Amino acid sequence: MASARPNTTGPEPVVILDGASKSFGALRALDHVDLRIDPGECLGLVGHNGAGKSTLVNLVTGQFAASEGRVIYPGAKDHRQAGIRAISQEGMLCPNLTVLENLQVVQRDLTGWSWRRLAARRIGAALDAIFPGHRIRPEMPVFDMTLAEQQMVEIAIGFAQGAHPARLVVLDEPTSSLDASISAQLLAHLRRFCAEGGAVVFISHMLGEVFEVADRIVVMRDGHIIADRAAKGFTRQGLVDAMGHVADESHEPSALRIRALGNRSDAILRTPEGVEARKGEIVGLAGLAGHGQAEALARFYLAQSSDWRSLAEPAVVFVAGDRKRDGVMPIWSIRRNLALAALGHLCRLGMVDRAAENALSADWQARIGIRTPDMANPILSLSGGNQQKVLFARALATTAAVVVMDDPMRGVDIGTKTEVYDMIRHEAAEGRTFLWYSTEMDEILNCDRVFVFRDGAISAELEGERITEANILAASFEFGDAA
Amino acid sequence: MINPRLLLPVLSLAVLVAAVFWLQPRAMSYVGVNLLFNLAVPIALATVAQMVIIMVGDIDLSMGAFVSLIACITAAILPENPALGWAMLAGCVLTYAALGALIEARQLPAIVVTLGMSFIWGGAAVLILPSPGGSSPAWLTAIMKAKPPLVPMAIIASVSIAAVAHLLIMRSGFGVRLRALGGNLRAVSRAGRSTVRLRAMAYAVAGVFAVLAGMALVGLTTSGDANIALRYTLLSIAGVILGGGEFTGGRVSPIGAVIGALTLTLAGSFLSFLRLSPDWQIGAQGAILILVLAARLLVRRAEKRA
Repeated sequence: MASARPNTTGPEPVVILDGASKSFGALRALDHVDLRIDPGECLGLVGHNGAGKSTLVNLVTGQFAASEGRVIYPGAKDHRQAGIRAISQEGMLCPNLTVLENLQVVQRDLTGWSWRRLAARRIGAALDAIFPGHRIRPEMPVFDMTLAEQQMVEIAIGFAQGAHPARLVVLDEPTSSLDASISAQLLAHLRRFCAEGGAVVFISHMLGEVFEVADRIVVMRDGHIIADRAAKGFTRQGLVDAMGHVADESHEPSALRIRALGNRSDAILRTPEGVEARKGEIVGLAGLAGHGQAEALARFYLAQSSDWRSLAEPAVVFVAGDRKRDGVMPIWSIRRNLALAALGHLCRLGMVDRAAENALSADWQARIGIRTPDMANPILSLSGGNQQKVLFARALATTAAVVVMDDPMRGVDIGTKTEVYDMIRHEAAEGRTFLWYSTEMDEILNCDRVFVFRDGAISAELEGERITEANILAASFEFGDAA
Repeated sequence: MINPRLLLPVLSLAVLVAAVFWLQPRAMSYVGVNLLFNLAVPIALATVAQMVIIMVGDIDLSMGAFVSLIACITAAILPENPALGWAMLAGCVLTYAALGALIEARQLPAIVVTLGMSFIWGGAAVLILPSPGGSSPAWLTAIMKAKPPLVPMAIIASVSIAAVAHLLIMRSGFGVRLRALGGNLRAVSRAGRSTVRLRAMAYAVAGVFAVLAGMALVGLTTSGDANIALRYTLLSIAGVILGGGEFTGGRVSPIGAVIGALTLTLAGSFLSFLRLSPDWQIGAQGAILILVLAARLLVRRAEKRA
């Protein structure tokens, strides 16, 4: 493995991670990682959700400081001077600015009267070099451009000439909105860039692309680097196997739990994407985060619930994963938060029946184990896990036949998880249907049927004993060669 | 190449000008044009100030009270004690910058902060000038009431405001970074820039334009009053939107904002020329606003379909 010392023989590395760790609260996203990236290297970085890829990238690009250990940029005082650039997945352009103005936001040496000319030259040169034949003018406003063109601009900004030339460019799913020919141009440019002494970290769910461009592949799992060797040393299947947990005794085979759910044609719901579920079934939506699962759930839920005349009893209820954004009412009490979805039948003559509300919340406090001395306390006095339980109770307290869950266990401790799994299984046995999007493998393995999403569409439907980590991983990553 | 977003503001101004000239041909003269657009100059300055705030994703509900305070300082203190007067004006700009920093650092809603500040500005204005009065510094009146040959002062002032604001906001690197704040805050902080500093700067720029608005107003009216510019809060917001700006996303146009301010002022004169009773004028002004915005919506929709 890489030595932690900067002064080894050979060319000086661009960046060295020396026992770097990063924790978010109790969660250790990155655990004592050693990594060294040399000039001219093209590193493929693969791993499933929560493996620590983005945390690693954020440490390398200086967005996060390491909780433990060090990140060293030999010969430079910080990541900017070291020429480290990041091209992220989530649109880092300002849509109200033009292409060249977006370069001004990132680069510091565009000053003086003729900065526009200089910026236009830099971004134009980068676009010409990476995407010959592109039709992007530097004066074009970003909001007028297609998603692919915006992605091309973002990539070009990452490679554009600047005060500190790019020495290491990190690309996180750069080809997700590019078509095959543009992707091929990018991959060719990456190889050229590395041949000229630049370094690249390339993250993609398209394993074909990773093999095409990377000369070294790093596999991550649970915050550790579990494999780091030349790309030639991997086969595609070997790579997928490496991403999964090799020995997983804790998982009881799903086949043991197969329940009588009736014929497959008895589906009580079906979404446009093709997700379907029978009464009492727990249906999992798996795949890498951001491949359309949350959108599919939201579309289904809104189609069922957004109605001018809202029914007293909703047919579908929603359990939020992003508690802050679409879950808790932050200034309300625990009780009110819990009773919210069931208010329809707690009302008498349009007024909330306090006694019924109290009874309902006391009942659910006991059933789901919300740890608080008083349900009248503010919801924010609870720990994250207990807040999540309140959101579960809110949904389960209704008579809705379908429960939609949008990655609800994000940042929840293992004890709460186990309790909630039991609750879900119990409710499913009583005939409720669950649509469960999760980024965590052990949750998906709890499902009766699993739909794996890739690029906004279903890439595999697994049932019973075919629900295995290996099958889900295989369906999450694209095997085909990049054209 | 003309920005298509500017087409509608320009068109609505042209229609209004034509309507006014048709109703009152005598307005088609040096003096007439100056009278029509005179009072638009402070409104245009306040609108540019509001535009800078809207550009960074906020809204300023204290604009009218702040411009009134500036007018009081300019009329009551600046003529007698210029040093103190200038120091107070500079202090007002610095306070604006501090508000911007506070809003960003504590993640406060600007609408609440500025609403609260409007009472402070209003109170300070009453303290400085309890009853309407004061006087305008002679040099200020001389500038505002100057009679340059050929083109009236009101037009020269409006064009210069638009030009300066355009250069500062749309062309300079500094303006680009401020607009980036409204476009994608995360991109700005990811690029390693201090969003607190940038928002403070945006508020300082707005403060400077608002100070100029208050001074211009005193230069025209030659006296101050604690309630002199309360209408400016809503007028400035309407002017920004009329000029093609949007409430979110940092999409604004300084030239459009000035044109919007001119259009709003002219709408008032137009209604007077129609001999509409003053009781109905505010409502009618609102109707004109709705008309223009509805037209804009239709244009947008057509654009989207195309």
